[in-house]
Amino acid sequence: MSRLFILFILAASLHAAAQEGGAEVNVYSARKEALIKPLFDAFTEETGIKVNLVTGKADALIKRLELEGEQTPADLLLTVDAGRLHRAKEKGLLQALHSERLEAAIPANCRDPQGFWFGLSLRARVIIHAKTAIDPARLSTYEDLADPKWKKQICVRSSTNIYNQSLVASLLAHHGKEQTERWIRGLVSNFARPPKGGDRDQIKAVAAGQCGLALVNTYYLAAMLDSDLDREREAAAQVALFWPNQAGRGAHVNISGAGVTRAAGNLASATRLLEYLAAPPAQEWYANANHEFPVRRGVPIGPVMRAWGDFKADPLALEKLGENNPAAVRSMDRAGWR
Amino acid sequence: MSSLLFRRLWTAPTAALSLILLAPVAVVLASVFASSGDIWRHLQETVLADYILNSLWLMLGVGALALPLGVIPAWLVTSFRFPLSRQLEWALLLPLAFPAYIIAYTYTGLLDFAGPAQTWLREAFGGGYWFPEVRSLPGAAVMLALVLYPYVYLLTRAAFQEQSACAVEAARVLGAGPARAFFRVALPLARPAIVAGLSLALMETLADYGVVQYFGVATFTTGIFRTWFGLGSSVAAAQLSALLMGFVLVLTLLERRARRQARYHHASSRYRRVAPKRLQGWRGGLALALCALPVGFGFIIPAAQLSVWAAQTYGASMNRQFLELAWHSVELALLASALALGAALALAYARRLQPGPLTYAANRLLSLGYAVPGTVIAIGVLLPFTWLDRQLAKWAGALLDLDPGLALSGTIAILVFAYLTRFLAVSLNTVEAGLEKIRPAMDEASRSAGVGGFGLLRRVHGPMMRSSLLAAALLVFVEVLKELPATLILRPFNYNTLAVRVFELANDERLAAASLPALTIVLVGIIPVMILNRLFTARLAYGE
Repeated sequence: MSRLFILFILAASLHAAAQEGGAEVNVYSARKEALIKPLFDAFTEETGIKVNLVTGKADALIKRLELEGEQTPADLLLTVDAGRLHRAKEKGLLQALHSERLEAAIPANCRDPQGFWFGLSLRARVIIHAKTAIDPARLSTYEDLADPKWKKQICVRSSTNIYNQSLVASLLAHHGKEQTERWIRGLVSNFARPPKGGDRDQIKAVAAGQCGLALVNTYYLAAMLDSDLDREREAAAQVALFWPNQAGRGAHVNISGAGVTRAAGNLASATRLLEYLAAPPAQEWYANANHEFPVRRGVPIGPVMRAWGDFKADPLALEKLGENNPAAVRSMDRAGWR
Repeated sequence: MSSLLFRRLWTAPTAALSLILLAPVAVVLASVFASSGDIWRHLQETVLADYILNSLWLMLGVGALALPLGVIPAWLVTSFRFPLSRQLEWALLLPLAFPAYIIAYTYTGLLDFAGPAQTWLREAFGGGYWFPEVRSLPGAAVMLALVLYPYVYLLTRAAFQEQSACAVEAARVLGAGPARAFFRVALPLARPAIVAGLSLALMETLADYGVVQYFGVATFTTGIFRTWFGLGSSVAAAQLSALLMGFVLVLTLLERRARRQARYHHASSRYRRVAPKRLQGWRGGLALALCALPVGFGFIIPAAQLSVWAAQTYGASMNRQFLELAWHSVELALLASALALGAALALAYARRLQPGPLTYAANRLLSLGYAVPGTVIAIGVLLPFTWLDRQLAKWAGALLDLDPGLALSGTIAILVFAYLTRFLAVSLNTVEAGLEKIRPAMDEASRSAGVGGFGLLRRVHGPMMRSSLLAAALLVFVEVLKELPATLILRPFNYNTLAVRVFELANDERLAAASLPALTIVLVGIIPVMILNRLFTARLAYGE
C-alpha cells in the first residue's frame, strides 16, 4: 500500500517535470507580485527562461526555505530590506556569488561584502511636512524630531513596521542604546496621534492638517503624486519632502535586494536573472514603475523624483540594519513606541 | 457486521486521523520546551501585559457587541412578523461573507480623518467637531463584531426555532408577558446555542491579525508576529501561540462544564413551532430598525463602497488572470470543505461510539487550531510535511534512484491540510451538535430492527442530520474563501487566490484596486451563506 502510494507520487512529480521542461528559475519574493512580475515577464521574453513565483512575508518565506532545506525548489530569495537578507545569510540559506557584472553595477555598500546578497533598488525614509504650515528652515535631522518644539506635530506608523525598525537600527549603530532610547521617548511624546495605518495614511494626515510632519518612504509620496486618483494627487500636493541629515551622515536608506539560495538547483538561471535585474533597463523600471532609486549610477529617473534633487545617503553598511533589528525592537518596546 | 467489530473498525483509523491532524498543534505546543533566551523576560518587562490586556478587551468588546447584534434579531425574526422581516431573516447572515480585514479597510477609507465623511464635516462645520477614531481598539471590536455576529445569530435563531411552543406558551399561561417569557424561558433555553456561536466569534477574534495590525492595536497575534519578525525568534513566537492555545483551552473547558450541568432537549416528543406574532405601528418599525442595523453596517454600507471603487477600476482588474484567481479560491474551498466534513463526521462518530475522556479530549484539542493565527498553523504544518518529503526523497533515492522534489509540501495538498487543521473546529462543532440531538434510544431501536454499523449511519443518522452536515461543509467553505495568512505562506509557485490578491493590493494601500477581488470574495461567499439560511430554516421540516 505505502509502496503504491510512493509510486503514485513519483509518477505525479515526473509527470509535472516532463510537462515543464526547459530552463526555469524559482523565486521566493517578499516583494509583491504587481511590483516585480512585469520585470520577470520581460526577462522570460528576452531569455526564454521561465520564472516561477511565490510571494509572501519575508520571514515566513525564510522559514519555509529553512524547513525545506536541501530540497527547496527556490533559487532566489527576494526581499524589500537588507535586514531579512542578512538574516537569511546568518541562517546559512544563501550562497556567495561572484559576478563581475553585479559587482560593477552595484556600489559596495549596497551588497554583501562576500556576495551573499545584492541590493537592487534604494528606498529612502525621509521627513515630509505640510507645505504651508511648516517652514522647512526649522527642519534639520531625524535627531531633531525628538525636540519638544514638535509637540503634537508628528505622524508615523507603528513600530511593528520594518521601515521604522530599520531607522532605529541605524540610529543604534550611530548613537548607541541609551541615546537612541532617549530619542524614541522624545519622538513618541511629539506624536500627534497614536501610530496607525501605512505610509500613505501619514501623508494624507499631514495633507489634512492632523499633523505637521511625518516619516515616510519616498516611493509612497511619488506613487501618490503619479496616481490616477484625484484625491491621492491632491493630498500629495499639500506636502513637501525634506531630506534629513544632509549636513551630516545623510538620509537613512534601505534596499530591496536578492540572494541566491544555498540549495539553488538552477544556479546559472538565477545568476542571469540577478544580473538582468541590475542591468540598466530593469533599473530604469524600478525608478519609473516603483518610484524607487536605482542602485546603479547614471540611470535616468522620472520627473517626480528628479524634482526632489540629489541627496546624500547614510553610508552605513546595510547588514548593520539586520544585525541591530532585534535590539531596535527591544528599544522601541522599552521606550514605548507602539 | 457485529457492532463491536464495527466499533473497532471505526475507532482505529479515526485515532490515526486524529494523530495526523493533531501534528501541527503539537508542533506549536512542543515549542514550550525549547529555549528562546532572555526574550521572555524582555516581553514580560515591556509589552506582554499589553498583549494580554488588549486581547481581553477586544474579546470583551466583540462579545458585548456580537451578543445583542446576534440574539435580538434572532428573537425578533423568529417570534414576530414586521415589515421586511422575511428578507431580514436571511440578510442578517450576509456579513459572514465579509473578511474582517476588508471591512476594516473599507470603513477606514470612509471614516478616517482624511476620508470623505470627515472632510465633509470639516467643510461644513470647520475644525471644532468630535469624531470617533476608527483605527483604535474599540474600532477593531466594532469591525470584528460586525462580521462575526452572524455566528451568534445563526445558531441562536436555530435554537429559538427549535424551541417548542409548549415551553413559551406555558410561560405565557403562567402570566408572563412577552418580555418575561423571553428572559425567563426562551433565552435560558437557547443558552448552549448562544454560547457556541459566541465562542466561535471569540476564537476568530483571538486569531485575527489583519484588523488589529492595520489599526495598530497590540494584541496576542500582533505580538506573535512582532516577536517572530522583529525580534527574530520563531521559538518565542511559537511559545506565545502555545500560551494563546492554553487560554482558549481553558475557555472551552469552562464553556463545556457550564453546559454539562443542564440538559436542553425536549421533554415531550410533540413539537410545534411558536406562531409568530404580527407587530404593528411603532413596534414594527422598532423591530425593523433593530434588525436593519447590523445588516446596514455589516453589509450594505461596505458593499456599496466597494462597488463604487470596483466600478472605477473594473477595466484594469477584470481579465483571464482574475478568473483564474477566483477559480483557485473556489477549488481550495471545495476541497477543504469536503475533507473537513469527512474528518468531522469520522471524529464525531468515534466519540458517539466510544464516549469517554479520550475521544472527548482529542476532539477538543483538534478544535484548538481555530484560535491560532494562520501563519503559526502554517509553520506547524510545514514542519511535518517537509520531514515527510525528506523521508520520501530518501526512499525514492535509495529504491528507484529518483528525486521526487517536494511532492507533498510543494503542492496544494499542504494548503488543504492547513485549512483542515485551522477550521476543523467549525465542522466538528456543527456535526457534533447535530449528532448529539439524535437520542441514543434511536440507535438502539435501529439496532433491534437489524440496522447497525454503517447502515445506521447511512440510513438513520445521515438523513436525520443532513442539514447539519451541509452546514458544516458550507461554513468551512466560507472560511477558506476568506483565509489569508496560511495561504500566503504555503501556496505553490504561480498559484494565487482572491484573498492573496486583495492583501497584496490593500497592503500596498491601493484600496480601489483591491476592491474587485474583495467584492468577488463577498459575492462568492454569499452563495453558501444563502444555502445555510435555507438549511437552518428547512431543518424544522425534518424535525431535527
